[in-house]
Amino acid sequence: MTLTTTHLVALLPLILVCATAIAVMLGIAWRRHHAATVLVTAIGLNLALLSLLVVWQVTPIETPLLVVDGLTIFATALILVSALACTTLGHAYLEHYTGPAEEFYLLLLCSAAGGMVLAASQHLATLFFGLELLSMPLYGMLAYAFHERRSLEAGIKYLILSAAATAFLLFGMALLYSQTGRLDLAGLASGFAEDNAWALAGAGMMLVALGFKLSIVPFHLWAPDVYEGGPGPAATFLASVSKIAAFIILLRLVVVSPAFQGEWLQETLVVLALATMLVGNLLALTQSNLKRLLAYSSIAHFGYLMVALVVSDGLAKETAGVYLITYVVTVLAAFGVITVLSSPYGGADAAALHHYRGLFWRRPYLTAVLTITMLSLAGIPFTAGFIGKFYIVALGVEAERWWLVGGIIVGSAIGLYYYLRVMVTLFLVEAGMRRRDAPHDWGVRAGGVVVMGLALLVLLLGVYPAPMIEWVRVLAATSIG
Amino acid sequence: MTLVWLILIPFIGGLLCWQTERMGTMLPRWIALGTMLLELAMTLGLWLYGDFRLPEAGGGASQWAMEWRVAWIPRFGIDVHLALDGLSLVLIALTGFLGMLAVVCSWKEIVGRVGFFHLNLLWILGGVVGVFLAIDLFLFFFFWEMMLVPMYFLIALWGHSGSKGNTRIGAATKFFIYTQASGLLMLVAILGLVFAHHAATGEYSFSYDDLRNTPLSDEMAMWLMLGFFIAFAVKLPVVPLHGWLPDAHAQAPTAGSVDLAGILLKTAAYGMLRFALPLFPEASQAFAPIAMGLGVLGIFYGAVLACGQQDIKRLIAYTSISHMGFVLIGIYAGTQLALQGVVMLMVAHAFSAAGLFILSGQIYERLHTRDMTRMGGLWGRLGSLPGFSLCFVAASLGMPGTANFIGEFMVLFGTFPVAPVVVAVSSVGLVLAAIYSLFLMQRVHYGPAQGEEPLAGLDRREYTMMLGLLALVLLFGLYPQPLLETTGAAMSEIQRLFADPALTSTTLPMRAS
Repeated sequence: MTLTTTHLVALLPLILVCATAIAVMLGIAWRRHHAATVLVTAIGLNLALLSLLVVWQVTPIETPLLVVDGLTIFATALILVSALACTTLGHAYLEHYTGPAEEFYLLLLCSAAGGMVLAASQHLATLFFGLELLSMPLYGMLAYAFHERRSLEAGIKYLILSAAATAFLLFGMALLYSQTGRLDLAGLASGFAEDNAWALAGAGMMLVALGFKLSIVPFHLWAPDVYEGGPGPAATFLASVSKIAAFIILLRLVVVSPAFQGEWLQETLVVLALATMLVGNLLALTQSNLKRLLAYSSIAHFGYLMVALVVSDGLAKETAGVYLITYVVTVLAAFGVITVLSSPYGGADAAALHHYRGLFWRRPYLTAVLTITMLSLAGIPFTAGFIGKFYIVALGVEAERWWLVGGIIVGSAIGLYYYLRVMVTLFLVEAGMRRRDAPHDWGVRAGGVVVMGLALLVLLLGVYPAPMIEWVRVLAATSIG
Repeated sequence: MTLVWLILIPFIGGLLCWQTERMGTMLPRWIALGTMLLELAMTLGLWLYGDFRLPEAGGGASQWAMEWRVAWIPRFGIDVHLALDGLSLVLIALTGFLGMLAVVCSWKEIVGRVGFFHLNLLWILGGVVGVFLAIDLFLFFFFWEMMLVPMYFLIALWGHSGSKGNTRIGAATKFFIYTQASGLLMLVAILGLVFAHHAATGEYSFSYDDLRNTPLSDEMAMWLMLGFFIAFAVKLPVVPLHGWLPDAHAQAPTAGSVDLAGILLKTAAYGMLRFALPLFPEASQAFAPIAMGLGVLGIFYGAVLACGQQDIKRLIAYTSISHMGFVLIGIYAGTQLALQGVVMLMVAHAFSAAGLFILSGQIYERLHTRDMTRMGGLWGRLGSLPGFSLCFVAASLGMPGTANFIGEFMVLFGTFPVAPVVVAVSSVGLVLAAIYSLFLMQRVHYGPAQGEEPLAGLDRREYTMMLGLLALVLLFGLYPQPLLETTGAAMSEIQRLFADPALTSTTLPMRAS
């Protein structure tokens, strides 16, 4: 087929992000300038975000490799917003970095482009390409503060385990191809025969690979170490963009492909979801490091989100959309606070819980932000997290999946314990502990403004969610499959 | 709009308190006091000018005295739907009054972070008012969960750490997890009801009036009713689910205990009256014997354990469990008399428990202990405090002349035609009430004195507070009619909804025995 202008318009966000990456690269080659690089990156990402309005006019539209429908637009918007937040946080984090700071944004842009490809892919080739383009720059980002032992360890750990997951992915694809002779998702769906053991094995292996990216139990072991070791902005990116893209493609696979709708795989998904909710929450209980705690919390949240994969009809797409939005906004704000409080020259990031003891009495507004995010992660009313949890429970009740509903309730009850622990630490009287503090003017800097804005958004979505729900509904209605 | 303001005033007042802390520690206290005074004045104004008499039989007219409604999340038919009837009015007035008391009684007790303390205190009250006004189930749940957060902070940050691992943070966390987890069960039940309604009519609605007519199979109704019941039972508390209450009370600051015992427990009873019974009348009828059994268990369990306590606040906490047993029996008896008695008892218990908690707070300020083995012989050393203690203890054991007597009497009287055995058994609980009350008086105020020197008597603030409370206890004990008239219409509506199925088919097994 030939590419028409319409197709190019549909791919505009991707093109813009890639162009920005090239511009940043050339800029670095010419002259290093941190602020200018950040500015170019931010402008590029904003343009891409604006171009979505144009893209919306031409959807749904397909090429053999990519599909641009409501789901793609939704994922792209979330990825771009997260990447923007990471860029701004990166600026605050790397401001006084003595080494080369500019390449971070190059890696970030490439990774974001990978995420966008992954979310739009409807062919196993683009799926693989997108996943690798998403992951490769992430190794570099995680090991960016390589003079820190932990950062380097995080990068290498993620690299090696990711490579293993990729091997699974390729093997799974090969098995599917051997059985159906097709690589596009629609072709896989049509050429697929029920109770074909090899195809089932292939689907299972792909599930393993994507489950690794989503850190679903039992493929979650890397998550806490990597989150803890990686620099703040990179961990933020890993917790937001990487997970959004991987989840969207998994949703696409489950909705479109019958290989993922068989009885056996459904049951597997139920068991995995239950295990993820419970194990994630249980392991978070004893953590004394906020980044590790958030890693486990993120594991648990994707356990809840997997309910949408299991049900996969009715409210499922809408639920997945709403939950992803609420989760991403919350998690960006939470990591944002950690990043604002950290900087790579004071040693490792300020992540130990005792760093936060009595923060309220020094930085009331920053503490308010962190409190709101903890409440939101716990799903308490007045925050976005409550709307997300409401949707997930509603989905479970509607589909009468009582085991999953029970899992959500038990998981949430366990989860409360550690969210409350973090919250109360913030308000306790300060002991003579080593201080980690934000710069005094954090509130007027870009990073601080983003963090405050995200916190307000969490509250706004919690109190007045109707526009978000409408938006997700419209997008879900125009998605293919 | 008046109803919206009733909810907003405490929230705005709380924010003001927080922000004015930098101008001195007294300003937040006065603002908080003013806020609650305004709340109370508005409620009393509504009471004076409103009409809460019985609507026409058959209920052609709306059952609400005031209503306010605006769409919120159209996707699921969720509205911000507030409504007021006699029951909510009485409970909101109670909230305003006890809110004032909570502010006044922490005047000297709370010295650190005054602004943030009053923010939390007022937000609890705002959430509670929201619970009493919301009749959209989503909105109700919203406030129900929301009010836990400031209560958590109140206990965790300003509470007392007890001995041997009984930390205030532990108690606060326990409180939060108990109520939140049971709240999620209620969310599941609400959603189950909504989807059943959706299946029957094709429309999503969280409105109380719509959902009341949802056709449900017996089994389904029972499960959903249990979801609601467990959430309310944890908060009331009903005995096997009461584990959080003694700890939370013992570690909470005085204002927190007053709010907990006076208002938060009442939200549970209100929830049963407003939602659990009218939404699932048949299932509630079928469940009534078990609920009453749990009520009787609670009466005895609370009373017996109260006798063995060393900590004065734990003792009062256990008496609360015992009193709430009567409330539970009255609610599930479902006769007009019993339901009216429940309201009366809720109000009376709020006054007497608040009085006792404030008194024990005042004793703590003077002796720096809540351990009763280190008290004794306080009569004569503490000015008028022991006298007030005697009055509130008498109220708590249900002495005629106090409001508690009216409440308990009406509950038992109203329950007798339905379940005579339950009444006979739980009357024994009244004897136990006398025993633990006398224990309390004996251990704290009589007996050998631990020292000779007189302690500081009540100052004018404390004296006024206690006198006001006592006056109300006696007023409602001697002339309960205004209260009963205000809630009469609401209670007869609940009684009608609850009793209808009983007339047609089911009869209580108790009646046969």
